[in-house]
Amino acid sequence: MKPCAFDYYRPQTRREAIDRLIESGDDARLVAGGQSLMAVLNMRLAQPRILIDVGAIDELRYIERRDDHLAIGAATTQAELLEYAALADELPLVAQALPWVGHFQTRNRGTVGGSIAHADPSAELPLCLATLGGEVVLETRRGKSRRVAGADFFQGVLTTARRPDELITEVRFPLKREGHAYRFREVAMRHGDFAIVALAADIGESEVRLGVGGVADRPVVRTLSLEGDLDDALNHLAWSLGAQDDVHASAAYRRHLVRELGRRLIVEAPTFEQQAVEESADARARR
Amino acid sequence: MHVRGDERHRVTFRLNGRERSGRAEPRMQLCDFLRHELGATGTHVGCEHGVCGACTVLVDGRATRSCLMLAVQADGRSVETVESLAGDEEMNDLQRAFREHHALQCGFCTAGILMSCHEFLGRVPDPSEAQVRDMLSGHLCRCTGYTGIVRAVLEVARARQQANRRENDACSI
Repeated sequence: MKPCAFDYYRPQTRREAIDRLIESGDDARLVAGGQSLMAVLNMRLAQPRILIDVGAIDELRYIERRDDHLAIGAATTQAELLEYAALADELPLVAQALPWVGHFQTRNRGTVGGSIAHADPSAELPLCLATLGGEVVLETRRGKSRRVAGADFFQGVLTTARRPDELITEVRFPLKREGHAYRFREVAMRHGDFAIVALAADIGESEVRLGVGGVADRPVVRTLSLEGDLDDALNHLAWSLGAQDDVHASAAYRRHLVRELGRRLIVEAPTFEQQAVEESADARARR
Repeated sequence: MHVRGDERHRVTFRLNGRERSGRAEPRMQLCDFLRHELGATGTHVGCEHGVCGACTVLVDGRATRSCLMLAVQADGRSVETVESLAGDEEMNDLQRAFREHHALQCGFCTAGILMSCHEFLGRVPDPSEAQVRDMLSGHLCRCTGYTGIVRAVLEVARARQQANRRENDACSI
């Protein structure tokens, strides 16, 4: 199908985009890469009167390593992030998850900020952001900005803490922490389809932060102790998500995946000592 | 840039190396603009919501679903479609390999798949079968079962690698 008619704005600066957003009120939708929104418009599931395209704002396209996080401009494409040379070193979880975001043909246009803004419950980047404890930077009139923790930003299916007069300008992922292992695993009908269950883990010495996508209405993150009964903890987590039956999978299968993949993800990750050995072997090989 | 919803805006971009121009309402998808405004009907339109990959073209050298992009967003950029692959009389190596390996039957999805392969082989000149299958996961083909497509892409990659090596050898003599 074809979208309904809308007025189209393509601002060159974020200031201009925010002014336009405030002026337009509820009639406007923001678009960047359009890899989710364009499909929604084509099917007329949304019929905004105004479309504000932030995809051409160069000042929103950057990847910057700061003290403890990687700052990514909202209009940076997923392909640009995947091609960032230090990604596997600095954000190993995101490096593992990104190839699961759509297909390379959609990652070429799809943006990091757009995926966060869309807040699909099965999306990989929101899951990584919540699991790693990242932040979303939002800006409104007169350059006023605020930061929202990833865990608080996602509020339900396609629902976020962004206010109507705010633009997502930056997404911040905390850098890899020494001694931690990071693992991502997903089950979908085909690679690149929506996740039936996606799991992301930040594994420390005594506990693991485990994020689950595709089951509840938003990414859910729990801290599990590695010293207690892991199977019991995973079972508890699986039942707490309110899994539903749908055409893709039953609730029972989703709980099974959370338990089984969760256990594999955590148990198969190299231990602290193993990782140290691997890293020193790597260093030797490089010399 | 501002275009009113009922206005037809002039859109100009390089299509397969030649500057082309037409008019489009903001809501017009790039695929429809190519077909109906510019008459470039090589690009096919399948699902119109970014799933099937039939409408894939290259925008600034990157494989893109032209149903998920507006014509106005392509203004000033460079677009390549399946029409860019063949020479005046002959199909290119990728197209010939598709024919030889029965990588198409009805051919509806083929234009998009060729364009994805075109970008992919430029970036990954020596792909594994797994990489080819991963690249193809962004496309639906209901005729072939993909086996012929995978064979064709791998064969072209091998042949191009060999040709490159021969060229390098010739240079070093």
